[in-house]
Amino acid sequence: MSVHEDEVVKRQRDRARLTAWLLGGFVILLFLVTIAKIGLQK
Amino acid sequence: MTSVPIATERALPAEWRDFLALTKPRVMSLVVFTGLAGMLVAPVVPPLVLGFTAILCIALGAGAAGALNQWYEADLDAKMRRTAKRPLPDGRMDRQSALHFGVGLSVFSVILMDLAANHLAALLLATSILFYVLVYTVWLKRRTAQNIVIGGAAGAFPPLIGWVAATGEIASLPLLLFAIIFLWTPPHFWALSLFVRSDYAAANVPMLPVTAGVEATRRQIFLYSLPMALAAVAPWPLGLAGPLYGVVAAALSATFVVMAALVLANHATEPAQMGPEKKLFGFSVLYLFALFAVLVADRWMMA
Repeated sequence: MSVHEDEVVKRQRDRARLTAWLLGGFVILLFLVTIAKIGLQK
Repeated sequence: MTSVPIATERALPAEWRDFLALTKPRVMSLVVFTGLAGMLVAPVVPPLVLGFTAILCIALGAGAAGALNQWYEADLDAKMRRTAKRPLPDGRMDRQSALHFGVGLSVFSVILMDLAANHLAALLLATSILFYVLVYTVWLKRRTAQNIVIGGAAGAFPPLIGWVAATGEIASLPLLLFAIIFLWTPPHFWALSLFVRSDYAAANVPMLPVTAGVEATRRQIFLYSLPMALAAVAPWPLGLAGPLYGVVAAALSATFVVMAALVLANHATEPAQMGPEKKLFGFSVLYLFALFAVLVADRWMMA
């Protein structure tokens, strides 16, 4: 692979990794929000 | 919108840092702070996770609005020194990515706000994003010198949203906070636009110093600082804040008015000689931070 292709793959990998972390964080946040909302309705 | 001298075929995919830059993080910090202050002065304190999520939504909504603003204004940004290094004019990102990012983030922030807080907070967040993008960016900015006066309302929403996210309803104090930011925005932006006037002129943006001249702008800065100062002190006589807030707000606002008077007294036309304008711009940011911080401290002491 050329240097250019290496950089493309690196950037795509960085973005994919960050997206995965953000999605994971969102799932946890949504879970916590749901628990808190249930707690408010009690 | 005109055609954009931006790279349409990107050699490399944009980095995550470019997406972050698209959200205007510095503007976002002030938005988050005023939104948080609006929430903290409310009589109801939401559960930590819901409060955190609501503030996150305000931040994401502001970031989305900033991204859509940069998507639409890429051609203007390319002509101005201050903004030419942003991801779109610099060719580090293609416009479609910025559009998708901005729209996706807008929808996401509003839905999450609805889930975490309430319908009214989500509606206000959606209104603030649409107001900034459609009313300010698309409609007013290229058409009238009053762009920042009316468009400034978009930046005044966060404390109102923070309050409504906590209480579910609108009250007089958050409306006053809205008024303070609304009246603060013109002198804040016009102070900046005085010393970057040539940028706006080059990009053909009808900011007040370009259309009416520097002296008229200085008069407007001073005139706007007066009702802004009154609105800033008003929570005290209205019984919505205590003497701590009243005294600090009066001192800060008096300083703001004096600095605006120094701007009025300056007759320089060259940016290098616009010391009072640069000082007022810097102080205006500090002013808003300090005003909201002392309001929170005051309300907590009163509680």
